[in-house]
Amino acid sequence: MTKIGEWVEVCTSDAIAPEEAMRFSQGERSFAIIRSLEGNFFAIDGHCSHEKVHLADGIVDGNIIECPKHFGTFDYRTGEARALPACVDLRRYEIKVDSNVVFIKI
Amino acid sequence: MKQERAMIIVGAGEAGTAAAVALRQGGWPGRVILIGSEATLPYERPPLSKGLLTEGEDSGPKFLITAQRLRELAIDYLAGVNVLSIDRATNTVSLQGGELLAYERLLLATGARPRTLGVPVDPECRMVTLRTYADAVAIRQTLRPGCGVVVIGGGFIGLEVAASAVSRGASVTVLEAGPRLLMRAVPASIAERIKAKHLDAGVRIELDATVAGIEAVEEQSLVSLADGRSFPADLVLVGVGAVPNVELAQAAGLAIEKGIAASDTLATSDPDIFTAGDCCSFPHRLYGERVRLEVWRNAWQQGAIAAANMLGLGSAYESVPWFWSDQYDETLQIAGIYSNSDAAVNRDLGDKGQICFYLAPGGRLVAACGFGSLATISKDIRIAETMIGRRMRPDPDALANPAIAIKSLAS
Repeated sequence: MTKIGEWVEVCTSDAIAPEEAMRFSQGERSFAIIRSLEGNFFAIDGHCSHEKVHLADGIVDGNIIECPKHFGTFDYRTGEARALPACVDLRRYEIKVDSNVVFIKI
Repeated sequence: MKQERAMIIVGAGEAGTAAAVALRQGGWPGRVILIGSEATLPYERPPLSKGLLTEGEDSGPKFLITAQRLRELAIDYLAGVNVLSIDRATNTVSLQGGELLAYERLLLATGARPRTLGVPVDPECRMVTLRTYADAVAIRQTLRPGCGVVVIGGGFIGLEVAASAVSRGASVTVLEAGPRLLMRAVPASIAERIKAKHLDAGVRIELDATVAGIEAVEEQSLVSLADGRSFPADLVLVGVGAVPNVELAQAAGLAIEKGIAASDTLATSDPDIFTAGDCCSFPHRLYGERVRLEVWRNAWQQGAIAAANMLGLGSAYESVPWFWSDQYDETLQIAGIYSNSDAAVNRDLGDKGQICFYLAPGGRLVAACGFGSLATISKDIRIAETMIGRRMRPDPDALANPAIAIKSLAS
């Protein structure tokens, strides 16, 4: 049982290529883990706030991740909704890399 | 009394609603009047054939905008109101009830309506089409385990309703007049995959099935084919395409060609009147022909572009057409438009799905059609869409090879 605010191991840092996203689920919660072109890691809620579509299947471009179904976009650094039909922001989560292992604080 | 001229939008679907919001975001300071013929707030139509029919409870339509947001944006939304005519000499529209409204610019986003069958139908039959929330509710109320549903038309609406109905326990038969499903929409190999999904789910599919008539027999409807066979049903759904609502434009003397004819900036033959969405035909720069698209993304993108151009921006609409349909747990996505003269390149992803690319003579990528799980196909279709927009000529052998990432071909 994971407690709120606990650091949880996600994957090794080479498991996600730059400008790609990965789905990470923990119990009933699901997250999108994104690696920027520069190699930095970010984490936001996994499902688009418009409909329940997982963002990890979408395109990562610059600071934006795009819903693969309806093209709502979010700034993955902040979770902010940037293009319709998405209009509700997503939560962002802290992430850290320690000895080539990625952790998320959930 | 001089009436202030407004930006008036006829039609409160995706295109009209997107335009109303975009007019405000584009800085229009005067009145924005959005006129819808249905009594509800503007709502999304894609769920009508899918979630709205399958979910345990009817949670109502999924609204495109809230009443509060309409107030914040000072959009005057007239619900349940029909526009009777346009007077281009005085820049006014007349409403059912006699009111006249003056427009600075007018947007016709009147949409499309279901095509009718064109065969004799007994008025006592339970026959429905699907376009509105009320239609979806009527279908939903009939669907129960064991009820018989006959779907006329093996296109997207028909197949989505068939999938939804069979998942609710109905006994479903699809009657398609053509030799295969989705004849004009997808390649034969993908149509076969979709057909297999339906057969697995228990849907019965009859091809080359030309409907001759529908009669009411006791509590049921009996659908008769030209070959003499007949199919009893508790509910008949007709999904045989849509026709654009051009009558208002036509009566006002606007040019009509495949729909309300627009330029690439979505202006009609009257520079004060624009059009967007399912009713609008426009010359597409990528394909060199006039097209009319009945797809969700086009509707709201065109609404936003039309609004910008009503404010004088003058930007061309040249987005790559894009479409999706859900079939059970898999999804179909199509980017671009292809014709018979284009070469098909198949990328076989095994059990996971398939993508078919289309190259015009000369090798330019013009379309891509994928079927499989969203995770399997969506990124590649999105990248293909970008490549289509850039008029790229990817190597056909690389497109066909699943070991080569599509992303690597896009730069």
